[in-house]
Amino acid sequence: MSDTPLLSVRGLSKSFAGHQALAGVDFTLRRGEIHALLGENGAGKSTFIKTVTGIVRRDAGEVRLDGVPIAPRSAEESARAGIATVYQEVGLLPNLTVAQNLFLGREPTRFGLVRGRAMRQRASERLAEFGLAIEVGAPLGSFPVAVQHLVAIARAVDLSAQALILDEPTASLDTHEVTVLFGVMRRLAERGIGIVFVTHFLEQVYAITDRITVLRNGRLVTERETAQFPRLDLVRTMLGRDLAEEEARAETGPRAERTAGPPVLRAEKLGKAGYLQPVDLSVAGGEVVGLAGLLGSGRTETARLLFGAERPDQGRILLDGKPVRIAGPRDALKHRLGYCPEERKTDGIVADLTVRENIVLALQARQGPFRPLGRAAQDRIARDFIAKLDIRPPDPERPIGLLSGGNQQKALLARWLATEPRLLILDEPTRGIDVGAHAEIIRLIRSLCEAGLALLVISSELEEIVTYSDRVIVMRDRAQVAELADGAIDVTAILRAIAAEAPRTAPACQPEPA
Amino acid sequence: MSRNLPVLVAALLFAVGYGLCATQYPAFLTTRVVGNLLTDSAFLGIVAVGTTFVIIAGGIDLSVGSVVGFTTVFLALAITRWGIPPLAAFGLVLAAATLFGAAMGALIHVFAMPPFIVTLAGMFLARGAGFLLSTESVPIDAPLYAAVSDLALALPGGGRLTLTGGIMLAVFLAGGVLLHATRFGATVYALGGSRQTTALMGVPVGRNTIAVYALSSLLAALAGIVFSLDTASGTPLSAVGVELDAIAAVVIGGTLLTGGQGGLPGTFLGVMIGGLIQTAITFDGTLSSWWTKIATGLLLFAFIALQQGSVALAGRSGRRARTTAGAPVVRPAEARA
Repeated sequence: MSDTPLLSVRGLSKSFAGHQALAGVDFTLRRGEIHALLGENGAGKSTFIKTVTGIVRRDAGEVRLDGVPIAPRSAEESARAGIATVYQEVGLLPNLTVAQNLFLGREPTRFGLVRGRAMRQRASERLAEFGLAIEVGAPLGSFPVAVQHLVAIARAVDLSAQALILDEPTASLDTHEVTVLFGVMRRLAERGIGIVFVTHFLEQVYAITDRITVLRNGRLVTERETAQFPRLDLVRTMLGRDLAEEEARAETGPRAERTAGPPVLRAEKLGKAGYLQPVDLSVAGGEVVGLAGLLGSGRTETARLLFGAERPDQGRILLDGKPVRIAGPRDALKHRLGYCPEERKTDGIVADLTVRENIVLALQARQGPFRPLGRAAQDRIARDFIAKLDIRPPDPERPIGLLSGGNQQKALLARWLATEPRLLILDEPTRGIDVGAHAEIIRLIRSLCEAGLALLVISSELEEIVTYSDRVIVMRDRAQVAELADGAIDVTAILRAIAAEAPRTAPACQPEPA
Repeated sequence: MSRNLPVLVAALLFAVGYGLCATQYPAFLTTRVVGNLLTDSAFLGIVAVGTTFVIIAGGIDLSVGSVVGFTTVFLALAITRWGIPPLAAFGLVLAAATLFGAAMGALIHVFAMPPFIVTLAGMFLARGAGFLLSTESVPIDAPLYAAVSDLALALPGGGRLTLTGGIMLAVFLAGGVLLHATRFGATVYALGGSRQTTALMGVPVGRNTIAVYALSSLLAALAGIVFSLDTASGTPLSAVGVELDAIAAVVIGGTLLTGGQGGLPGTFLGVMIGGLIQTAITFDGTLSSWWTKIATGLLLFAFIALQQGSVALAGRSGRRARTTAGAPVVRPAEARA
């Protein structure tokens, strides 16, 4: 084998509408190595993958595969050049058979007719190399996601991929399936294929990767060997905090003693297989509970289970001490729970509707279609909240899409406040809004809480969580790992909890017996 | 298994229906009725083959009935007024229709327009063009037509497999090979699964989309030729609503309207069930022939309910398989090494 790295990326840059998504990123992938590409939301991982594989055009920089500069213009070209990507959503067709998926577009034919038996035979052989013995004539959709992933990888490798990019392949797999996938990855690495592995599970990073590259805000932060990269360092690097600095900093000022009442909401062992390990949490009126953790650690998953957006398969939810069944968001609304989702643009606002219409949306939904809110009532509610939350410009008839991010966020808050909830779940309430609005949202959270509302707030901004939370629940790898109360809440403690070694029994991290 | 369920049910229904008819009217056991059934279904069957391709590819083609109508008028005028020999006229109209379908496919692909709208526009265009040529029925009196109407394969038992019935069977056979045994066929299913994923897998989506709609229009024109041979005349009003009959036959045959699943054997059964109902009502003699439509409507409801049910059932058993059969399906990697 030669010394030239398999894939060498130099100075890769890309900006979208003035926002620098990638700024001169270097990346080196050697033959036969498994290389973790890590970073928080907005770090530029997906832009990096898309730019390297030509799905978006790069502004500057060079990509060399085997020392030869390449500039693919589509995923297809990049696959032909030798870089294949397997995304979290399996990019195959569930309605076709496994064999058809493996050979689509290059089926063996004779006189124009597909040689079905030969194709199935070859498909079986290929998959046997991956330790898969499945009926290749069955539709792909009838197999578990893990198998579909392996088939996608098999297709990519079969298309003569030398570099394989796996973008969060393990997000929906269970422990056993992850083990199988890791086995395949190791075998491919032994064959000299370089693998870029994107994941949010730190355990998996340490279980399988040889080296780690961390991106933050579109920049390369560091590239190190996994064995020499302690967990705490890694978390710190990803979040961009200097631990020493944090420890030196005085703890955030003593908070006003608040006497929290009895819990409004209690979740007992609430979980769903393959989605979230059981969590226990409770939120009382006038209390803010923070949910901290890295991206993909299970924070949003917790919120979705509580709100009924995802059906739990174990545990129960108690409201005011009484068990309730929340089968869907409608039930949650009926029990006066509110949920401001993280993706404001896709899950929250309806951009073409006016501020007024957006604000009354949830209230109207709770009332049902046969008891429309009168226009006068709508106007009153909208004007009320625009004044109370200081939404600007104070024009209820303006399409909400024209407002700034911070004001959209406030309108979303207003939507839920209009339903007079007992518990409000805020998922990343300060993401993507400017600094001034940031402070205002935090002030709002505090005043809401003083008004007796129970709040569950998810945030990646650790300082922020520390300033307003009465208790903090720390999540990691889809499980609850710590709960910090009053005196113990500081950024360092949260960081330590995130980075702590998981016990051997923790799932998704069992290294394979070699 | 559950994928083939709708086809099996359609087959069962056809068999039971045929059996019931046979007990009522013993003539059903003669090849004469079988031959007539095929002849009567011929032109709908040919259209339905094209519709099957389009629907499996995740689209819809509303223009086929109008293309049939246009074809019959065009042939009548070309042969009787413009003096074009019938075979040349057939060639012309087939080529024109293919181009027409290809143009619709291109619009759908290039501008990412919904097939429903594009082919709805195509439907009005073709129907309007037919009326432009002639507003009334034009009889065709070419010798070829007279010869063809006598052309038939005598079946044992006094039945006749007419040329048009034969053409339909041939189209089903050729279509079946194309759909189930070629790369193009696999691509049609892939397109119905997800256009985006198909493109990402490196299959040229545009070319195949255009081919699917071109094929549908080509077959519609062929059906128009068959229609014109059967009736020896051309009218712009012929085959109004046939696109919907074809869609009904395809759905009754177990092809999902959402695309990606189904097949031609089912469509054949769907067409035959429709023909059977019509024949039974003709034999009865007292019922209005519009009962055919009511029966078709009821069948459609029943079949869509059946499909949804079996899809839901498959989903549930799939999930169960994930939890129970997950372990044996995936052999641990280390077991081999």
